[in-house]
Amino acid sequence: MIRVVLPTHLRTLARVDGEVKLHIEGPATQRAILDALEARYPMLRGTIRDHATARRRPLVRFFACELDLSHEPPDAPLPDAVAKGAEPFLVVGAMAGG
Amino acid sequence: MSGVRVLVGTRKGAFVLTSDGKRERWDISGPHFAGWEIYHLTGSPADPDRLYASQAGGWFGQVIQRSNDGGETWEPVGNEFEYDGVPGTHQWYDGTPHPWEFARVWHLEPSLTDPDTIYAGAEDAALFRSIDGGHTWQELSGLRGHGSGPAWQPGAGGMCLHTIVLDPTDPGRIIVAISAAGVFRTDDAGKTWRPANRGLRSEGIPDPYAEVGHCVHRLAMHPSRPDVLLMQKHWDVMRSDDAGESWQEISGNLPSDFGFPIDVHAHEPDTIYVVPIKSDSEHYPPDGKLRVYRSRTGGTEWEALTRGLPQRDCYVNVLRDAMAVDSLDSCGVYFGTTGGQVYVSADAGDSWAPIVRDLPAVLSVEVQTLP
Repeated sequence: MIRVVLPTHLRTLARVDGEVKLHIEGPATQRAILDALEARYPMLRGTIRDHATARRRPLVRFFACELDLSHEPPDAPLPDAVAKGAEPFLVVGAMAGG
Repeated sequence: MSGVRVLVGTRKGAFVLTSDGKRERWDISGPHFAGWEIYHLTGSPADPDRLYASQAGGWFGQVIQRSNDGGETWEPVGNEFEYDGVPGTHQWYDGTPHPWEFARVWHLEPSLTDPDTIYAGAEDAALFRSIDGGHTWQELSGLRGHGSGPAWQPGAGGMCLHTIVLDPTDPGRIIVAISAAGVFRTDDAGKTWRPANRGLRSEGIPDPYAEVGHCVHRLAMHPSRPDVLLMQKHWDVMRSDDAGESWQEISGNLPSDFGFPIDVHAHEPDTIYVVPIKSDSEHYPPDGKLRVYRSRTGGTEWEALTRGLPQRDCYVNVLRDAMAVDSLDSCGVYFGTTGGQVYVSADAGDSWAPIVRDLPAVLSVEVQTLP
């Protein structure tokens, strides 16, 4: 089970409280997490990554295990701690975004 | 007793202000969508309980919200605004080609007859339409592709399509305005378009009388006279009596003909309202006095409306979508400022009072007249 922490505005938009828990088939990657997240919460489509290109929006960041994974390829494996649910995958609004 | 519902979009959320027909006591709800830029929220003329809102922000992009109960509850609908085909380029601020990129929806214009049909004016400039209540959007790409698109360039606020005028007597006719490209008109419901800027003069472009390139800030039309269009341009207040075929200046005795909004009295097509702003770089009222100017003669002759408005040390702006009128017997006029005030006049502009004073900067004001 993957744990995902959304920023406040996206929790409000998706009407969720606290962490989101997702089951992912295959390797845990950014793309796999976001695909599963958007499938469960369609209103998040386009808010984290571009509809057409699937590229991360410029002022969104991905953190986990105290690492900035924003610039990692979307199909790169995430840390084992994320894949095993020991650590959450954080979707973060960049400090410059508001 | 009938009443009004004022829909206010701000830099940090939406607010809904309601009152009875006297428009003296107000209930304020909000912020809705707190923390997001609400460029525009508006109601369907065909179903006043159907509202739409453009919710946007630097972090998470564009969301469109819809309400079916007059704003009590909202649901996000479709936010995929994809340009038709290969978007190509327009001019960037420095004159170089720049790819068309969707940034946000500036303005939503619901159909006059169908609550599920709505138009969206976007930055970078394009017109989109939804016929399923906002779930899916299709570009009316004949506008962007009619020929002059590669020469369009952004105004200071971005290259936005900010005004959409639907002709109540001719469903095929739509008139839009783009900063800084100008006015464009279709007579076949959006398939083909042509510029409608003859008579405009803009000193900030190489050919002041060019067919396109004018920084039109806002258009207004009275539904009883759809061929009469009114314009607040970057500089100059203009009027067309032939649906945009030609334009004449009606700035007359205004203290400044720079400004953003323009609107028309609900029952008097020749009564027009503008808010003069000092200049293109000094976005505040002349002399620190917030004055709405009213013409009762269709332009050229203007009177200052000051009662109840600050007449000293006022340096706010009134943005292009931040003025509206209701259709009660005594026409109400509303506007919001970048200082967060929303003012109402229940007597067609003779006197004014603040409804609220301390909202975030106001981006848009719409009003619904309720039974």
